[in-house]
Amino acid sequence: MKVTLKAWRQKDARTPGRFVTYEATDISSEMSFLEMLDVVNEGLIAKGEEPIAFDADCREGICGQCGVVIDGSPHGPRTRTTSCQLHMRSFKDGASLTLEPFRATAFPVVKDLIVDRSAFDRIIASGGFISAAIGGAQDANTVPVPKENSDLAMDAAACIGCGACVAACPNASAMLFTAAKVSQLALLPQGHPERSERVRKMVTQMDIEGFGSCTNHGECEAVCPKGISLGNIARLNREFLRASLSWGRRRPGSGGGGPG
Amino acid sequence: MDLRSQVPEGALEKKWDRHRFEMKLVNPANKRKFTVIVVGSGLAGAGAAASMGELGYNVKSFCYQDSPRRAHSIAAQGGINAAKNYRNDGDSVYRLFYDTVKGGDFRSREANVYRLAQVSGNIIDQCVAIGVPFAREYGGLLDNRSFGGAQVSRTFYARGQTGQQLLLGAYQALERQVATGKVEMFTRHEMQELIVVDGHARGIVTRDLVTGEVQSHLADAVCLATGGYGNVFYLATYAKGCNATAIWRAYKKGAVFGNPCFTQIHPTCIPVTGDYQSKLTLMSESLRNDGRIWVPKKPGDARPPGDIPEAERDYYLERMYPSFGNLAPRDIASRAAKRVCDEGRGVGPGGRGVYLDFADAIARLGRKTIEEKYGNLFEMYNRITDEDPYTVPMRIYPATHYTMGGLWVDYNLMSNLPGLHVLGEANFSDHGANRLGASALMQGLADGYFIIPYTIGNYLASNKHAPVSADDPAVKAAEKAVADRTAKLLSIQGTQSPTHFHRELGKVMWEYCGMARTEAGLKKALSIIPELRATFWKDIRVVGSGESLNQSLELAGRVADFLELGELMCLDALERRESCGGHFREEFQTPDGEALRDDKDFCHVAAWEYAGEGKKPIRNIEPLNFENVHLSVRSYK
Repeated sequence: MKVTLKAWRQKDARTPGRFVTYEATDISSEMSFLEMLDVVNEGLIAKGEEPIAFDADCREGICGQCGVVIDGSPHGPRTRTTSCQLHMRSFKDGASLTLEPFRATAFPVVKDLIVDRSAFDRIIASGGFISAAIGGAQDANTVPVPKENSDLAMDAAACIGCGACVAACPNASAMLFTAAKVSQLALLPQGHPERSERVRKMVTQMDIEGFGSCTNHGECEAVCPKGISLGNIARLNREFLRASLSWGRRRPGSGGGGPG
Repeated sequence: MDLRSQVPEGALEKKWDRHRFEMKLVNPANKRKFTVIVVGSGLAGAGAAASMGELGYNVKSFCYQDSPRRAHSIAAQGGINAAKNYRNDGDSVYRLFYDTVKGGDFRSREANVYRLAQVSGNIIDQCVAIGVPFAREYGGLLDNRSFGGAQVSRTFYARGQTGQQLLLGAYQALERQVATGKVEMFTRHEMQELIVVDGHARGIVTRDLVTGEVQSHLADAVCLATGGYGNVFYLATYAKGCNATAIWRAYKKGAVFGNPCFTQIHPTCIPVTGDYQSKLTLMSESLRNDGRIWVPKKPGDARPPGDIPEAERDYYLERMYPSFGNLAPRDIASRAAKRVCDEGRGVGPGGRGVYLDFADAIARLGRKTIEEKYGNLFEMYNRITDEDPYTVPMRIYPATHYTMGGLWVDYNLMSNLPGLHVLGEANFSDHGANRLGASALMQGLADGYFIIPYTIGNYLASNKHAPVSADDPAVKAAEKAVADRTAKLLSIQGTQSPTHFHRELGKVMWEYCGMARTEAGLKKALSIIPELRATFWKDIRVVGSGESLNQSLELAGRVADFLELGELMCLDALERRESCGGHFREEFQTPDGEALRDDKDFCHVAAWEYAGEGKKPIRNIEPLNFENVHLSVRSYK
């Protein structure tokens, strides 16, 4: 099969970008979408042109490094699928595809289809952890965790941090990403001691990074390759309210109210 | 070269305790005076950086990906072993130790393996404490499943995403230290040279993959946790970016390379479908708990699997290895698959595949249970093949998955180059000639969380060095080597892309240094690879510049190193004139086709020493002594 690509080319963060059209011929429907890009890039190298830069690593849908907006949809047309797991059989022969990076203020373009998602790392660093220093843990079976909670925590923990949720959101909000981590750790007894501080700090960091607010569009859930549910955002909001109400009591003198 | 394993004296069970007491300590106030570099952010690297940051050292952590959370530990599916004996089924530290030594076909160091088994339980405790959502039973306690090479259920798991959950736990611990300022994180940075001053590893030179800037980082010690080198085969289950550059630079600076030919071919991967294919995808070994592996009894039987009656199927693992059945260890299961395909009984396009069938399990347990256990794996299979494994058996075939070989380290995880420590898959140590399933995650976290935090202190307390100047000739020379190499790759402007050379090398390695090796084949590979390398340096085409993000340049540098490493692997495979674990030399097999070890001549680690450009490397030996598990023929029948 063959497809026409209208791909975003941008030299670096400082240089304006533009769309360039490429014809991809001799494409097998068994190829993954990224393998199709590999073939196009080999062709460009043969012509002495710079290949289209895109991020990818594991190519099995788990590392979260890949991410291309295909015809306006992050990771393309197939639900619950990362760009690397998308196959050409999902497209019609002769299709014309527009390829763009995951656009958001908080995700500056690095080159072509590659963006800088380090804002996500900083959200995690602000509080997305349990402060249990290595070495002193008690026996793993000391605290039983109801299977239901542990399963819900795992559902949330399945987030791969790709940023499709941000790219899909009209406000470029990082709520689904942040909520997934807040939920996972709030659902486990080990996460309880820090739950108030965690949600407050992570939400604050989200705002500092320039992500927008959540206005319940639900686009994030629709494009999430791991099916992270909007229910996590509801849980984050509950956690945040709970933290705001208890904050003054837990930390006398630190003032009430929360950001955002 | 005198390779000292530094294994402490005393009874096996007491060695680690005794060593921990005897090692020197760095007092808490002094820890902040030391800087440690950690390259790689997988389980071993992130674990080491987080734990050393918690202790108070200044840590500089590096990864080539855009975030430390991408490291390929994330792709491990099935689970992590630990000798908890929560199942009451007879597990113990000693049994995990025994299984691992036997599983490795008696080519690992007993004391290291015992320590690994000893700390395995602490790993699970630690992971639960930091919020890893392991699978649980209705009573709220942790669940287990079985993996190959064991007759107990000691594998802890988080659905089919155990590696992801363990890595994210370590990543979160790492980010916590980044926030405190104890760890400085460098993403999209690739280590391209090791800095050695007065015989000690004192730093690294990196290339910033976004700006192309070449930079030196100096420290009191260096830890490489950069993973395995299986991408030398081009098609493998590794992430595309996994590479051997860090360990190869260290090798060329004097660190010896242990057992490079010990590679693991995993039996259950999705078969190759075309030339364009960029990687292979693993289907977790845990599937062998419930899936049954079979091929038609008759060669060339092209009927759809559903039309082949029970009596005309050969469940060959159950037939050949009745006590372990479908859970035979990986090397054995892989070779058995190759053998039935060589007999013309393989299935699918090209006849390179066997069935992994869940029909019996679905009939016995119901579709819902199977979905709960393996849902994401079935989905992944469906994505790639467009087939539904709930109704049609999976087709699988072996693929490169792990490398047991790696830089040689002593009991302290330090290489022969003082100050250079090597953790996780990048070192050679614990798995001998074959790694058991669910043991890689265990080793990565053991090294990072529970071993290096102790042994690094001992090294730093016993080696007080003056600071290295940024103008030191060794630093300048290392920086120049990196810049020269980049300039050379860009200057050739030949006709072939880096991928072309990588694919060609992969074909040679798979053909001659893959699942079955022969003297003639290895000699042939040893003549082809230097030619291919020479062509590479004449005909490589790297477009773009060195001063910006340039993925062709990155790949070209990695392939250049694979072209040297591949040769060393073939040389090691040629000189190890025996079969053991994943290293199968066709000349050395039992009458029924099993690996035939030669304990008289090869019960040792081959540690290869770089001898200079164009010179044959030197094969050093560390003898292996088995005082607790007696050398015996490994039988899973």
